[in-house]
Amino acid sequence: MNCPLPQAISPKSTQFLPFYTQIRTKSSIFDCFLRLNLSLMSIFEYNGSAIVAMVGKNCFAIASDRRLGVQLQTVATDFQKIYKMHDKLFIGLAGLATDAQTLYQRLVFRLKLYQLREERDMKPETFASLVSAILYEKRFGPYFCQPVIAGLGDEDKPFICTMDSIGAKELAKDFVVAGTASESLYGACESMFKPDMEAEELFETISQALLSSVDRDCLSGWGGHVYLVTPTEVTERILKGRMD
Amino acid sequence: MESVFGLVGKDFAIVAADTSAVHSILVHKTNEDKIMLLDSHKLMGASGETGDRAQFTEYIQKNVALYQFRNGIPLTTAAAANYTRGELATALRKNPYQVNIILAGYDKEIGPSIYYIDYIASCHKLDKAAFGYGSYFALAMMDRHYRRDMTIEEAIELVDKCIIEIRSRLVVAPPNFIIKIVDKDGAREYAWRQSIKDSPVPAA
Repeated sequence: MNCPLPQAISPKSTQFLPFYTQIRTKSSIFDCFLRLNLSLMSIFEYNGSAIVAMVGKNCFAIASDRRLGVQLQTVATDFQKIYKMHDKLFIGLAGLATDAQTLYQRLVFRLKLYQLREERDMKPETFASLVSAILYEKRFGPYFCQPVIAGLGDEDKPFICTMDSIGAKELAKDFVVAGTASESLYGACESMFKPDMEAEELFETISQALLSSVDRDCLSGWGGHVYLVTPTEVTERILKGRMD
Repeated sequence: MESVFGLVGKDFAIVAADTSAVHSILVHKTNEDKIMLLDSHKLMGASGETGDRAQFTEYIQKNVALYQFRNGIPLTTAAAANYTRGELATALRKNPYQVNIILAGYDKEIGPSIYYIDYIASCHKLDKAAFGYGSYFALAMMDRHYRRDMTIEEAIELVDKCIIEIRSRLVVAPPNFIIKIVDKDGAREYAWRQSIKDSPVPAA
């Protein structure tokens, strides 16, 4: 039988790699680093993180783990991943820690400019669009971050949303997750979440969901950090979990 | 291979580093000081690519000095850490420096502190930090024996424990270490831990 020879693999096939392997930098060392890492694991999993936000009745909660690692080595167990933008607006940044820090600093800058110009706080919907725009600015050399945004909008209506690293918004009515523990967080949230929970029950639910999820993920954990936001107050709590 | 580590004590911070200049399989010298005095109350322990390390730490040192000349007040340790992080972060997506930094400092109001800054520019304030192959031993040792209220003597004892562990358990262990301290009286060299001496070069 006549069997056709397999086509030689053209070097052009590299152009179909995922976008993050195509970062072009001047330095070949850095390029090598990213490629090396990506061949073993995603750059999104370099530091490890777990972030979740949930909506309750006129309130919301946002929670994260506290680990800062460098691959499998744990560097710190008190790392901040959720940032308060104003009294009723929070952002959690999962992914590469350095980009999370840079992105946070840029967001604070833009938010302060807005507050000075407009003399009012930014609405969560507007803030989500701002984050999305800042991320998409770097479409071909992105910040390796997955943000989770949670806030109280007009008439204290809760708003939650997440995005990918190039700013594609994903709105949700119930809960959103991000980070290396996102798969297990989906499972936990899916089975624990109920609509219209009161604040205290919401805190219990989000905390249990977070703690049970990070126990199945090597790269996140070492306790948790939960913010519970109602129209009148913000409660911040540190959780102890499996500290190993 | 390279080992840099540090810890915060009661009213001081310590940074220790190996002093080998290695390239490929060759050890060029064993008395290379890898801990730079940034200003009167700051220490910058750095590991990484030799050239990047020398260039980058000097660049930061000079800019910290420039800030002090211009404004008449020194940067706080936190400010210096964030400045360093900013420089590394901008360089990261252009022409990255391969340097990992342990920044120790003493501020009047805050007291001693240590900042961990790696070459991808993640920055975090820590009580104890380590980089390189030595980190596996130094971190384990410090996790077991570290206390926040250590005296200088206790802390030096712990640093020595770490050095002994690195020397005895690491295949590619460096022979010599340098220890520097920063406290209210300023940043200074504290001691060397040498197991071999560089042979003196005869005069030509």
